[in-house]
Amino acid sequence: MATLQEVSQCVLEGDLDNVKVLVQALIDEGTEPIVIINEGLIAGMNIVAPLFKSGEMFVPEVMESADTMNEGMKLVKPLIMDGDIPSKGKMIIGTVNGDLHDIGKNLLIMMVESRGYTVIDLGVDVKEEDFSAAIKKHNPDIVGMSSMLTTTMMKMESTIAQIKKDGLRDKIKIIIGGAPVTQEFANDIGADGYSMDASTAVELCDRMMSSPEELSA
Amino acid sequence: MTIVGELINTSRPAVKEAANNRDKDLIIDLAVRQAKAGATYIDVNCGNMINNEDEIMEWLVKTVQSAVEIPLCIDSPSASALDIGLSLCKYGRPMINSISDEEERYDAVAPLIGKYDAKIVVLCMDSTGMPVTSDDRMKVVHKLHEKLTQEGVKEDDMYFDPLVKPISSVTTAGVEVLETIKKTKMEYPNVHFMCGLSNISYGLPNRAILNRLFVVQTMTLGMDGYVLDPTNDKTMADIITAKALLGMDNYCGGYIKAHRKGLLG
Repeated sequence: MATLQEVSQCVLEGDLDNVKVLVQALIDEGTEPIVIINEGLIAGMNIVAPLFKSGEMFVPEVMESADTMNEGMKLVKPLIMDGDIPSKGKMIIGTVNGDLHDIGKNLLIMMVESRGYTVIDLGVDVKEEDFSAAIKKHNPDIVGMSSMLTTTMMKMESTIAQIKKDGLRDKIKIIIGGAPVTQEFANDIGADGYSMDASTAVELCDRMMSSPEELSA
Repeated sequence: MTIVGELINTSRPAVKEAANNRDKDLIIDLAVRQAKAGATYIDVNCGNMINNEDEIMEWLVKTVQSAVEIPLCIDSPSASALDIGLSLCKYGRPMINSISDEEERYDAVAPLIGKYDAKIVVLCMDSTGMPVTSDDRMKVVHKLHEKLTQEGVKEDDMYFDPLVKPISSVTTAGVEVLETIKKTKMEYPNVHFMCGLSNISYGLPNRAILNRLFVVQTMTLGMDGYVLDPTNDKTMADIITAKALLGMDNYCGGYIKAHRKGLLG
């Protein structure tokens, strides 16, 4: 008999073959799909995140764990209605106009998705007006922007200006990140938050979703 | 082998502080140590000083040249900072890091190559995104080789940077770089190469060993230029040894000399 604990362990170990077997066994035994997601698959990623942050796990291992979680998800998701999958919040994320570096962005997407957020990936080189259009279309809680170059950093400022101009600034939280970006810079351009790496960004999102008022103050 | 010493970069906190305080001693020390360790160029990069990059560039270039008489590699995302840095270079022909096939960048940097008779690092990237495969990179190599040739840049002055990405996120990132070197070398035997190494190991433990072995692997396929820390004895020992093994060191003279100096460990 498979257990939820074993599913978590599979995710932690990045065991792509076994996760399918175990999740299928749980489904066959009649375990609620939502329970498999929350207490098995996501629970596994919840162990991974702090280990990554503390340097005990490394990028490829985290990616393998995320892949493993997604393999399990593929089996469970068709069994439930979209609206039933718990979402902590909706996020859109992209690298700003002119910036093509996507490794950090992709890592972040993996981390926040595995923590229960719905993420819309806008990709790289996202123009100011495209961020705005995506906010209108998807109505996210959080907008994430990244820039890896000093030349494209200023595009974060112009993107925020565009969002303001379109009257959308009050509806969302904006977080920024990337190698040259600092907290000081985030304050200067009027972003709501900054984080220096993907795992801290997840915590930042959690804080934003749990006490939005505090952060907007 | 072209070694560009990477230590004078304001993204390193100590260098940024020295630049802000106009502390010449630290900069001079870094320049001298890199030159002594065998750097053929000293890289000067203050691209993260957004508010006063031009001014800091001027100060850094003058400070470095007050201490060492070797050519500089002027490194910046800003064309105006490149222009200022290059205009002050006194020793030998400078190098520009870098040009790419992103339209804005290309148009801004291309005129500087002729203006300062500079060598140019050519980044295998265009506005369609970061390349993944060696074929993606080769498309950019072909285009930029053609465009730069039309500008009158000689092959001997082109240093193609195949763009090293982390194997932690894409397992084949190392192999694709090796393939790119092989293909470029086959089509354009007279161009040079340049790359940074440390990206290859991002996200992994024990990064030094990955960086060091990647030097040897890339050199084997024809890589002949690196942006690195020349004061790292182990990397330099690897390069000296690899040169001997690849028949690039007459009578193994460099290798034996390095041994006598105790540089090989």
